[in-house]
Amino acid sequence: MASLEEEFTLSSVVLNAGSEGLLGVEQTSKTDQFLVTDNGRTVILYKVSDQKPLGSWSVKQGQIITCPAVCNFQTGEYIVVHDNKVLRIWNNEDVNLDKVFKATLSAEVCRILSVQGTEPLVLFKEGAVRGLEALLAEPQQKIETVISDEEVIKWTKFFIVFRHPVLIFITEKHGNYFAYVQMFNSRVLSKYTFLFGQDENSIIESFTASVDRKFISLMSLSSDGCIYETLIPIRPTDPEKNQSLVRSLLFKAVVSGDARHGVALTVLDQDHVAVLGSPLAASKECLSVWNIKFQTLQNSKELPQGTSGQLWYYGENLFMLHGRSLTVIPYKCEVSSLAGALGKLKHSQDPGTHVVPHFVNWETPQECGLGAQNSEQSRRILRRRKIEVSLQPEVPPSKQLLSTVMKDSEKHIEVELRKFLAIKQTPDFHTVIGDTVTGLLERCKAEPSFYPQNCLMQLTQTHVLSYSLCPDLMEIALQKKDVQLLQLCLQHFPDIPELVTCACLKVFLSIADDSLQETDVNMESVFDCSNSVRDEKMEEQTEILQNGFNPEEDKCNKCDQELNEKPQAKTKETTLCPVIAKRAALLNAILHSAYSETFLLPHLKDIPAQHITLFLKYLYFLYLKCSENATLTLPGIHPPTLNQIMDWICLLLDANFTVVVMMPEAKRLLINLYKLVKSQISVYSELNKIEVSFRELQKLNQEKNNRGLYSIEVLELF
Amino acid sequence: MGEFKVHRVRFFNYVPSAIRCVAYNNQSNRLAVSRTDGTVEIYNLSANYFQEKFFPGHESRATEALCWAEGQRLFSAGLNGEIIEYDLQALNIKYAMDAFGGPIWSMAASPSGSQLLVGCEDGSVKLFQITPDKIQFERNFDRQKSRILSLSWRPSGTHIAAGSIDYISVFDVKSGSTVHKMIVDRQYMGVSKRKCIVWGVAFLSDGTVISVDSAGKVQFWDSATGTLVKSHLIANADVQSIAVANQEDSFVVGTAEGTVFHFQLVPVTSNSGEKQWVRTKPFQHHTHDVRTVAHSPTSLISGGTDTHLVIRPLMEKVEVKNYDAALRKITFPHRRLISCSRKRQLLLFQFAHHLELWRLGSTVATGKNGDTLPLSKNADHLLYLKTKGPENIICSCISPCGSWIAYSTASRFFLYRLNYEHDNLSLKRVSKMPAFLRSALQILFSEDSTKLFVASNQGALHIFQLSGGSFKHLHAFQPQSGTVEAMCLLAVSADGNWLAASGTSAGVHVYNVKQLKLHCTVPAYNFPVTAMAVAPNTNNLVIAYSDQQVFEYSIPDKHYTDWSRTVQKHGFHHLWLQRDTPITHISFHPKRPMHILLHDAYMFCIIDKSLPLPNDKTLFYNPFPPTNESDVVQRRTAHAFKISKIYKPLLFMDLLDERTLVAVERPLDDIIAQLPPPIKKKKFGT
Repeated sequence: MASLEEEFTLSSVVLNAGSEGLLGVEQTSKTDQFLVTDNGRTVILYKVSDQKPLGSWSVKQGQIITCPAVCNFQTGEYIVVHDNKVLRIWNNEDVNLDKVFKATLSAEVCRILSVQGTEPLVLFKEGAVRGLEALLAEPQQKIETVISDEEVIKWTKFFIVFRHPVLIFITEKHGNYFAYVQMFNSRVLSKYTFLFGQDENSIIESFTASVDRKFISLMSLSSDGCIYETLIPIRPTDPEKNQSLVRSLLFKAVVSGDARHGVALTVLDQDHVAVLGSPLAASKECLSVWNIKFQTLQNSKELPQGTSGQLWYYGENLFMLHGRSLTVIPYKCEVSSLAGALGKLKHSQDPGTHVVPHFVNWETPQECGLGAQNSEQSRRILRRRKIEVSLQPEVPPSKQLLSTVMKDSEKHIEVELRKFLAIKQTPDFHTVIGDTVTGLLERCKAEPSFYPQNCLMQLTQTHVLSYSLCPDLMEIALQKKDVQLLQLCLQHFPDIPELVTCACLKVFLSIADDSLQETDVNMESVFDCSNSVRDEKMEEQTEILQNGFNPEEDKCNKCDQELNEKPQAKTKETTLCPVIAKRAALLNAILHSAYSETFLLPHLKDIPAQHITLFLKYLYFLYLKCSENATLTLPGIHPPTLNQIMDWICLLLDANFTVVVMMPEAKRLLINLYKLVKSQISVYSELNKIEVSFRELQKLNQEKNNRGLYSIEVLELF
Repeated sequence: MGEFKVHRVRFFNYVPSAIRCVAYNNQSNRLAVSRTDGTVEIYNLSANYFQEKFFPGHESRATEALCWAEGQRLFSAGLNGEIIEYDLQALNIKYAMDAFGGPIWSMAASPSGSQLLVGCEDGSVKLFQITPDKIQFERNFDRQKSRILSLSWRPSGTHIAAGSIDYISVFDVKSGSTVHKMIVDRQYMGVSKRKCIVWGVAFLSDGTVISVDSAGKVQFWDSATGTLVKSHLIANADVQSIAVANQEDSFVVGTAEGTVFHFQLVPVTSNSGEKQWVRTKPFQHHTHDVRTVAHSPTSLISGGTDTHLVIRPLMEKVEVKNYDAALRKITFPHRRLISCSRKRQLLLFQFAHHLELWRLGSTVATGKNGDTLPLSKNADHLLYLKTKGPENIICSCISPCGSWIAYSTASRFFLYRLNYEHDNLSLKRVSKMPAFLRSALQILFSEDSTKLFVASNQGALHIFQLSGGSFKHLHAFQPQSGTVEAMCLLAVSADGNWLAASGTSAGVHVYNVKQLKLHCTVPAYNFPVTAMAVAPNTNNLVIAYSDQQVFEYSIPDKHYTDWSRTVQKHGFHHLWLQRDTPITHISFHPKRPMHILLHDAYMFCIIDKSLPLPNDKTLFYNPFPPTNESDVVQRRTAHAFKISKIYKPLLFMDLLDERTLVAVERPLDDIIAQLPPPIKKKKFGT
């Protein structure tokens, strides 16, 4: 019996998938790891069992990946093509795709195909095929044209049949489909034409193929919602002649004919196919597993957030884009029994049943599920009837809150929420908060005018929420440009993905000053700039700096002096904060948030250059403020630390160096930063020298302490 | 407070003996500890872990087992084949009785306390009946093939378990016959060892027998069927000791690697009645073999070859999280092993079987705080005096003039006269000691060295006149009728008129030496006295108790002084009360009557009675030297306690003259260097 297991999302990283979805998901030499190529510039290597990415590579801004990355099973290297003609080969140790092996080809590549046990093949858009080795030996070799003009390669698959590689690709021209089968042992290319039945106009949406002993069984899903099977002989009888293929109906109407979204089909095993699409015109998309032999639906799973109409199947996992994240559904097929084959109807959810809350309350045992709740409810009703005269409703505030969330006005919800929060620690506090947030967010999505900002802020401040619990919260806040809520989220959520952090940063940098003035952001991390007590501190600082170097000994005496003087002169101009205090508070929230460099860097590249310079200026300003006092901290209650500031400066420069370097207005800033680094290096080298001398002193001290058996010492008691 | 030249002495080559057995007495909350040299010490856990009594060791009397029976009677047995009972009042051995089974390896008192069981080298298990003043052999159990190394009674008293080599026997007490013989696996990490020694057994009331053995296993046996229930491999070396809590809900084992493991009986799931033994906590407070463990209701007690007695309170059992909940590590005896002759600048060191006399060096240089001065003369080792016989020295003393040395073992008292002729030293033993003076618990010379005070173990205090080499018994203060309690601490006033003596529990008595009568008794206090001294001129008796309180009692006026009352009213600083070693010596400055000098193992303190007392908010001890003059003045007048923690562990500190102190330190590293090497453990792939 075929079964689909519980789906899971591969990390919370949202992929850059356009309307076309992903470019591809490909196997690697390790069974559990898969290469995901998004529809932009990034290739990510995922480990499915850990549900986390192992690595991520991007091509430069301006370049675009045109063909999904594959793994060369013979060497374990990864191959990708960007800008149609540029081939890149790298492996796990490489960090930067710009620095890896590069080959520019003479023709545009359609796909690279790689299967276990043979070298990868490069299929060009013109239909020519080359082995990778042969191609790399002479990248600029001439590539012949195989298919005619206006013929477009629609789908392709690479098999090993009897230890010989066989490539099949299907082209389309003016509604006519052609299949090409390339045998590599005999170097024979056979061409077949599809003959359609009665309905000539149906478009084929998706292909999948499996190999039998003698035939390639090609299944296609047409726009009329039917699955057809076509058998293509592996050994062609007469390769020169143009042969025709007849397709036979396998299934009728597995998906609705006029599907808005793409549909997809993939063969799971001999008897099973998986179909992605909406079964009825109006219903949501779902993934269904059909048994071909018995023509029955084996299993199905609803995908309410929609898919991109792409489906990949490797090992035991089905990959698809559900909503905006890559979802994996493990698929298992045990031995079929008759009972199983009799089919299983898709069960629809009975609106009457109680929906099991998806927030588990860890503080109360979960055993009393539905029944208990129902009985409690009925008891409550009874009791309410009994004491109808009493004014106070007996409904616990949590229940009342949940019901209000669904219907009442913002004001009312706010009042209820305040009531609930005032009681605070009820045993189901966590679950109620979680349910309330999801309820509110669902309503926000449904009614664009509904946006209970105060409630959401209060809920965020309960410290119970996290990003993974309600990813929609930040999404909606980003849409509404609610910087106040975003700041709160950044402060309270421990698990914000880098993409969202970056989106917040974008909003914070781009929002206009006057609209910022109206908002009420938390200013505690910002110190008062007007407070000018720094005169005396400043002197102290220069002293410290001078202690760091020895002007006599240092060779670049002059430049050091310059350095010593410069900051002083410059502080006059840089003491003014480049951003208004409210924006500074928001940016500080970003600085405090947790991130991982690898995942933050690609997103930072998307920030416009003038915003980058503004942020850099602000960071530089913070750095100068930091170095003003001896403890290297900023004043204020919860200021960014020096390390955070330095890390962000480095990150921003790493991500956008080429852009910033070209901007004339950023030049001054870069020079300042360069000098800053230089001075730091010299200070640290001096510190290293001091450390050595201190160690010597310590050694001397130890020797002094290590007295003999007898000594006379002087002791003075105070 | 003054500047001192400090003779910092580290050549006192004292190494405590390894701990062999500990026995905890629940009734009195006392702990008996025996060491490999035969010394037995009694610690009062209620009195801040003070070592209140001790019985000197004996070369041939290595104790292998120690137990309390019949309430508070203490028995030990050893490799000389004797069972010994100790007299806890008179601090001597009541009797020794040969068990006639060769060396005794193990001993256990019955749950009722009325019977005593010993396991002997020849494989016999002997049952003794405890009579009110002796023990009486009752019968033998079935003889086993090899020595009985461990014994344990079933709490119901019906069965016993005996650990031997390679097997454990279960005996029926009524018939004395073997019920089961449980063979212990010799396998050790897959390799068959020569023999598997069952170092310890514990019989639980539900019939489970827990054994620990030399293959590193803790095993649970069912005594009804004689089968192995469960086995924990916990060490690569021997597991040498086991002790079970009275409630039988936890037990503790000690291994030769120095680790102590705590096992607890915990429910399998949160609300099921089924419970199982789980190894919960490992403690590594020892570097060497943990030869013995004990389990008090609130703490785990362990001791072994590294000579430390470690008391580890169980945090879940401690109700108040105060300083008592802290780990205690007791290394040094709570009594003085050193005496000093101020006049000749001599130090007398007391070891188990010999005395050493050293003359301190000198210097002409001066310096400021913290300086080490160049020596113009180094310290000399003058004398090495070895005792005759196998007994350990109980106490020793050198007279202030330096011309008399007295010491005592458990059966003999020795007095020597020293003659100094230029650099030569001659020693002459004073013969013809009176017959009644057999053994002394404390010896003291008067300030002018003309009188010798001896606290004998019969409770009497003897006064001798010393003049020119002759020796005359003057008087004996007999203990009050009915009490036989021994006096362990003596103090005499500078003018020689007053003698204060303190026993282990009966309080402090002050005698008038001129009139030879009891002058007064200091009001009783709940805690034992750890040190006392009489101040010159004022004749105030300063007494330090084990709960860290210090009292000043005016002997002529027979009441506590005003200062002492003020201190009691005000209370000591909490850091003072939290110290975990007792004050072992008190002395006075001849020129500054307001000063009291006292020390424990980790600090030296001068109390200036003229200064205000610190409250809990004042900075009690500031280790940093003052930076400027005003700070010096401020610190000098801040509060009465002037503390130095430079010298530690400090075994002795005394004032030689107005400006000179002598401090005897015994660094732990030097002790460790003299211990046998510990079991080498693999660490990080080395």
